[in-house]
Amino acid sequence: METTAIEWIVIVLVSAVKMGTPILFGTLGGVISERAGVINLGMEGLMLIGALTSFVVKLYTGSTILAVSAAAFVAGAATFLHALVCISMRASQIASGLALTMFGTGVSGLLGDSLTGKTVAPLMDIKLPILSSIPLIGKIFFMQDALVYFSYISVAVIWYLLFYTRIGLNIRSMGEAPEVCDSIGLSVMKYRYAAVIIGGMMVGIGGAYFPMVLTSFWVDNLTAGRGWIAVALVIFAFWHPGKAMFGAYLFGAAISLQLRLQLIDIKISPYFLAMFPFILTIIALIIATIRNNKKKIAVMPASLGEAFFRGEKH
Amino acid sequence: MKVFRLHLLLIVAVILAFTGTTVFGKDIKDLKAAFIYVGPIGDGGWTYSHDLGRKHLEKLGVTTSYIESVPETDSIRVIRNFARQNYDIIFTTSFGYIDSTLTVASEFPEAVFMHCSGFKTAENVGTYFGRIYQAKFLTGIVAGYMTKSNIIGVIGSHPIPEIIRHINAFTLGVRSVNPDAKVKVIWVNAWFDPSKEGAAADSLMDDGADIVSITTDSAAALKAAEKRGKYAIGNDSDMTLYAPSAHLASAVLNWGVYYEYIAKQVAAGTWKTSKDWWGIESGITDIVGFGDMVTADIREKVNKKKEEIIAEKYFVFQGPFNKQDGSPAVKEGEKLTDDQIWSIDYFVEGVVGSLPKS
Repeated sequence: METTAIEWIVIVLVSAVKMGTPILFGTLGGVISERAGVINLGMEGLMLIGALTSFVVKLYTGSTILAVSAAAFVAGAATFLHALVCISMRASQIASGLALTMFGTGVSGLLGDSLTGKTVAPLMDIKLPILSSIPLIGKIFFMQDALVYFSYISVAVIWYLLFYTRIGLNIRSMGEAPEVCDSIGLSVMKYRYAAVIIGGMMVGIGGAYFPMVLTSFWVDNLTAGRGWIAVALVIFAFWHPGKAMFGAYLFGAAISLQLRLQLIDIKISPYFLAMFPFILTIIALIIATIRNNKKKIAVMPASLGEAFFRGEKH
Repeated sequence: MKVFRLHLLLIVAVILAFTGTTVFGKDIKDLKAAFIYVGPIGDGGWTYSHDLGRKHLEKLGVTTSYIESVPETDSIRVIRNFARQNYDIIFTTSFGYIDSTLTVASEFPEAVFMHCSGFKTAENVGTYFGRIYQAKFLTGIVAGYMTKSNIIGVIGSHPIPEIIRHINAFTLGVRSVNPDAKVKVIWVNAWFDPSKEGAAADSLMDDGADIVSITTDSAAALKAAEKRGKYAIGNDSDMTLYAPSAHLASAVLNWGVYYEYIAKQVAAGTWKTSKDWWGIESGITDIVGFGDMVTADIREKVNKKKEEIIAEKYFVFQGPFNKQDGSPAVKEGEKLTDDQIWSIDYFVEGVVGSLPKS
C-alpha cells in the first residue's frame, strides 16, 4: 500500500493530464480564434453544448467517435452565430461571447433536463506500445484514453499549422493587421470565420471530454466553470499551443494536488492551490503587456478584439 | 337603527368575503408557492430533491413556481419578485439566502417565508431542515459492514457545521459496527463540481478506500467508484440509477411530506413561526436504494437501528464517543443537545483529515 514519493507524483500527474485535457481543448480553440483576432468568451457555453451533444449521441449510438464529432459539429454551429455577430455585423466580441455562454448554459440545461440518472460507458485507457514503457513519462502520458492522445495530435497539428505554414501565417496576420491582409487580397472574412468556427469546434470537443471520460453522465452545468479557465489560459499560454498544453496540465495538477495533498502530511492550503493558476494568469498578462509595450516581441495579437472595417480605418 | 345594523352587517359580510380567505382559511388548491433553488433542478442531488417536494405540492393542487440556479448574491431580487406576485409561501432553499429572505420578508408581511437550513426567524419567516444525519448514520452502518480495507472515503463539500455533522454521524455509524475502520475526508470546497468530485473519489481510492460516501451534490464519485469496482453511497437523492453496481445505499431527503404540512398550515391560517428540524420518524429523511450486494442480514440490522432511533431509544450523538484527538466528547449516558448538534465544529474519533484553514 505504501507508495514512494516518485510514485505519488506520477499518480498526481496522471490525474493532472486527465483534469487538464478538457481545458487544453478549450485553450487550443481559444488560441486559434484569438490568433485570428477574435476573442471568444463563449467557451463555457460551448463546452456545455459539446458535453450535452456528445452525451446524447453516445447514449443513443454507443459510438464515441460519433459523439465527439457531433459535439464538434454542434459547437461549431453555435460558434457560427458568434462569428456572424462579431465578424459580419461587427458587434462587440465581448458582448457576443458572453451571450454565447449564457445561451449555451441555458439551452443545455433546458434540453438536458430529462437525462437525470442516465449514464454511458466511460472511455477506457489504452496503453500505447513502446511509448508507454518509457519510465515515468510513459505512465503519465501514454497510458491515457483516446481523447487525450487526440489532444496531443491537436497540439502538434495546430502548432505546425500556425507557425510553419502559409495558412498559419495568414491566420496570425488576421490578428495582427487585417487591413494589410485585405490590401494584399486575402479575405479577412473567410479566415476569421474559419478560425473562429474551428476554434469553437475544439472547445466543443473539450466539453465532450466530461461525459466521455470524467463523469459518464450529463448533469446541468457539468463543466462547472472550466470554460472560463480556458479563457484565462489562452492569455497564460501567450497564444501558443505548446504553452497551452503546459498551462492546462498545470491547472490540472493544481486540482489534483488540492485533493491529494489533503491525504498526506504536507499542508498547503487548498484555497491557495485553487487560486494559484489564476495568479499565474495575471502575471502572464502583465508580462505580455510589458513585452508588447516594449515592442520587442509582440505576444498579444495586435488587432485582438477589434472588428475589421474595410477601408475605414487608418 | 335596525336597517343601519343590517347594512353594517352586510358591509362586514362583504369585507369578510373579500378578505375572508385569510379569516376562514382557504383551500390548499388556492395556494401559490414559490421555490428559489441554488442549483439546477437536474443536479440529481440537493436541488433535485427540493424539486421533487415541489412536484408533490403541485400534485396536491397547489400552484407552484420556481427559479433555479439563483446566485446567493442575486437572491434578494428573485425573492422580492415572487413576493410582489402575491405568492402565499416562498421557500428559499439555500443557507446563503438567509439575509435576503429576512429582508424581503420584512417588506411583505402578508407572505410566509420558509428558509431551509438557516437559523434566523421572524414573524413571517420560519426555518426548516431534515435530520439527514440520522440517515447518514445508517449508511455508515452499511459501510462499516461492507468495507474490507477498513478505509472509507468521504468527499466533503464545504467545511461548515452541517457537513461536519453529517461526516460525524456517518463515522459514528461506521464505528458502531466496525471500530477498526477509518473515515478519510477530502474537501473539494464546492457543492457542485462533478469532474473534481470524481477526481476526489479517485484520490481516496488510490489511498486505500474501498467505499466512497459524498456530501456533495453530483453522482460523479459513485461513477468513479463503479469504474474501479468499488462501492459508494449517495447523498440527498437516490443515486442508484447512476451506478447500480456500486451503489450501497443513499441518505435522502423527502421534502414533499414537509412541504405538504406547511402548505396545509398556511391554507388553514394556523401557520406560526418555528424552527422545524424533522427527523427520520416523519419520513423527511431516510436510507433508500440498497444495492444487491448489501445482504438481508445487514439490511435487517440497519432497519433495527432505524426503529430504535424512531422510538427514541437510540440517538446518533449519544455518548460515549471521543473527539478526533481521542479526548472525550460526550460521556456515557449523555447526548448532544440539538443546539450542540447543529453547531458542531469538531470531528469525532475515526475521522482522518482536517478542517481546512485559510
